[in-house]
Amino acid sequence: MSEDTQTVGRSEPIFKASMQWRRIKAHFFVVLGLLSVLLGVVTLLVLLADVIIQSTGWLDWQFFTSFDSRFPERAGIKAALFGTLYMMFFTMLLAVPIGVMSAIYLEEYAGDNWFTQFIQVNIANLAGVPSIVYGLLGLQVFVRWMEMGRSVLAGSCTMALLILPIIIVASREAIRAVPPSMREASFALGASKWETVRHHVLPYALPGMLTGAILAAARAIGETAPLITIGALTFVPFLPEHPLDRFTVLPIQIFNWVSRAQSEFHELAAAGIIVLLVVLIALNSVAIYLRQRLRTKY
Amino acid sequence: MIKVPLKKADAEESTVEAVVTQPAPAELPKDAPMEILDPAVEVNNFSLWYGDFQAVTDVSIGFPRKKITAVIGPSGCGKSTLLRGVNRMNELIGGVRTQGNVLLEGTNIYADTVDPVEVRRRIGMVFQKPNPFPRSIRDNILFGARVNGYQADEDELVEAALRGAALWDEVNHDLKQSGLALSGGQQQRLCIARAIAVSPEVLLMDEPCSALDPIATLKIEDLMRELAKDFTIIIVTHNMQQAARVSDYTAFMLSDDESRGKLIEFGPTSDLFTNPTDERTEAYITGRFG
Repeated sequence: MSEDTQTVGRSEPIFKASMQWRRIKAHFFVVLGLLSVLLGVVTLLVLLADVIIQSTGWLDWQFFTSFDSRFPERAGIKAALFGTLYMMFFTMLLAVPIGVMSAIYLEEYAGDNWFTQFIQVNIANLAGVPSIVYGLLGLQVFVRWMEMGRSVLAGSCTMALLILPIIIVASREAIRAVPPSMREASFALGASKWETVRHHVLPYALPGMLTGAILAAARAIGETAPLITIGALTFVPFLPEHPLDRFTVLPIQIFNWVSRAQSEFHELAAAGIIVLLVVLIALNSVAIYLRQRLRTKY
Repeated sequence: MIKVPLKKADAEESTVEAVVTQPAPAELPKDAPMEILDPAVEVNNFSLWYGDFQAVTDVSIGFPRKKITAVIGPSGCGKSTLLRGVNRMNELIGGVRTQGNVLLEGTNIYADTVDPVEVRRRIGMVFQKPNPFPRSIRDNILFGARVNGYQADEDELVEAALRGAALWDEVNHDLKQSGLALSGGQQQRLCIARAIAVSPEVLLMDEPCSALDPIATLKIEDLMRELAKDFTIIIVTHNMQQAARVSDYTAFMLSDDESRGKLIEFGPTSDLFTNPTDERTEAYITGRFG
């Protein structure tokens, strides 16, 4: 037996690390962690402050009621705001029913075989596909093949494809969170599969599905790349009145103003960013509220 | 065993004859399973597999009409699986395969022509953990009735079911309150009320008191004695005292190295607990294992 192992139980100390040095190491990592957090928060605050300062004076009623213009003092986001709402209406109309039905099928009906696993893996992958790829797909399929043109509807279809995986994944999680005991209770009373889904699984999963849909909508509202790809306009001095009319949306309007030379347009862009941020924060707040408020306890 | 072993699920006719023509019990060998004349539910050579795992092996048992039969045995003996085989609840899990048959009033519920949805209306079930729907008491009771096309007065049904489950006096002041607002014992009685609201013939109870305190347990046991006047009750329990207190008949199941989920002994509760024929039954009820 070596000398080292014999020291246990003897009076000489075998634990030698300095307590002070260990404390310094512990503190060091606390400080490092705090700095990392601050880096993100401070950057965000600086950006926000910058945007707010730039936008001062531009966020007035005229800004909301005017179309874009060559003269910054006459320019507004009317077309972009309306275009965003119009496009999102059709996007959600398409994506939510298809997404929810897909989720119900995958969770409740599909058997556990290679085909459903293949579908599941692909849905998860689709959620990670860069949005520009959806734009290229939309350009080819909706704009060209289906001859929708560079319209609101083509934009909606592209966006619906983009958020479909998000809605499916969120809905499936919400369905999976319904305890099996609820299904068993329903079946044991002589309810059929559909009656069980319709009266129990869906209502209990609804808050989760709604939350997922809202977060997906928030994602779609902020997207720019796919819409530029399918050719949404950057200068729209009119309101789209028909699903096949041409249109623009908030992020594209902001992008347009930022790329102009005059600094007034940059300030306009800042004002547009404020509007976009308020919309997104509002949507996210509603999602959080719904998640808390409608959470079912079993 | 006197009864003709049935391998085919559709050989119902011969089963009935076999029961009718069986010799008097005195002629049975001492360790032969007891035959019940005219049972409400008859399980014949029933085996069940989860994938490759066999959970129940060749069980034959007749559950007497309007009596309480307790199924006891240590954990993993297949008693819950057998119970869920009686109303085809096992099928909700994928990969389940069965052999043999289960006759409800002489009809094989595993026949191709039988829809499990209809079977489950006629054979109600109460679960281990109370599982009321997160809905009002009224809606909890009416759900099963509505999906099964109940036509008569709904208020009457709610009252009858709640009275039948000895819950009416405690909740009739507010039938709109959520079923989840009730105590554990009340929730379980609500689940019983919900089950009897669709007028089943048989009630399956899967350890209905294991999540309840002793007082709530006693209430459920009293209720079971009342319900036995109208329903055939099969209760799975690992509480032997409960089986002795509440049941008319007791079945003892066991898994060993050779095969899992075998019926070891079945008989009137008083006989089985005082004078078990199988030494394994005796070992179990005297607390030497399990």
